[in-house]
Amino acid sequence: MTQQLVMYEEELQQINSICEILHRDSNAKAVLVIDKNGQPIAQAGDTQQLDVTSLSSLTAGNVAATGGIAQLLAEREFAGQFHEGEKTNIHIKIVGERVILVVLFDERSSQGLVRLRVKKAATELTSVLETMIKKSASGSGSVFSEITDDDIDNLFND
Amino acid sequence: MSFINYSSREINCKIVYYGPGLCGKTTNLQYIYNKTNPEAKGKMISLATETERTLFFDFLPLSLGEIRGFKTRFHLYTVPGQVFYDASRKLILKGVDGVVYVGDSQMERMEANIESLDNLRQNLQEQGYDLDKLPYVVQYNKRDLPNAIQMSELEEALNPTKVPSFEAVAPKGIGVFDTLKAVAKLVLTELRKGG
Repeated sequence: MTQQLVMYEEELQQINSICEILHRDSNAKAVLVIDKNGQPIAQAGDTQQLDVTSLSSLTAGNVAATGGIAQLLAEREFAGQFHEGEKTNIHIKIVGERVILVVLFDERSSQGLVRLRVKKAATELTSVLETMIKKSASGSGSVFSEITDDDIDNLFND
Repeated sequence: MSFINYSSREINCKIVYYGPGLCGKTTNLQYIYNKTNPEAKGKMISLATETERTLFFDFLPLSLGEIRGFKTRFHLYTVPGQVFYDASRKLILKGVDGVVYVGDSQMERMEANIESLDNLRQNLQEQGYDLDKLPYVVQYNKRDLPNAIQMSELEEALNPTKVPSFEAVAPKGIGVFDTLKAVAKLVLTELRKGG
């Protein structure tokens, strides 16, 4: 069972910055960071046209299914995936066993360049994640301990 | 596993609808989708076979409003009910915050109900979860069918731990939102405990 993930401003800024640098350096259309359970965490680039919520859920499902295949083949995981489309390609990489880094790119970039830049970004992302997980473990739920039954009931008064 | 984002002030939780094949899990989500304001929902995704049986999962993102300045977002998932999709069901349970077990009220589906419930407990256990400790509610669907068995019998067979349970007719929406509200409340209450 994985631990609850809590995101604070500082780490989010760092993750956003990693996404933006990766987006720029890899000439990508868009970069997304997704929790392995399908929650979108951060994004950079041209994401206005994207349904990020659905994309996150489906990517996580895809990664989970691929992970299942890996287990059946006695592999620990398949850390990366690449899907080639007519216009858009997608590079998917599991980072720190906890999040998924997704890069969408077209003919302005190449798989080689994306792989190279993703490798660097993944290292940086791993270190931010480690800090995040430590913080999550120490201070989770502090705000929510004050939630009352009324607060919860009010949510459902329609 | 809930994901709390202090930066964007959001709480994200995952609820999974579990149950035997054709019990109405997807129908629950479809009803919720059809009756929810456009601004409170995202696109519903169904990964289904050509005969509209769930192949991998259905997914519906839902916003329920704010609590103490935090937006609450629930991601609803269904599992494929058919027995041979067990590997997929295990994957979907990863990171779950709350479970709805949807039982089929028809007499001839009792065996499938029990098998699915055992399978739920087993699959959760494999991921390190205990059904008795998770936010968990039961829904008895298809209450309108003539071959529906008595509630007391269903309760005895499918709800030995006496968690909140609801009678439902999912295509008409009876019991659908009551079930969702109950599990969402339990998930938020669990979050308060720091779970």
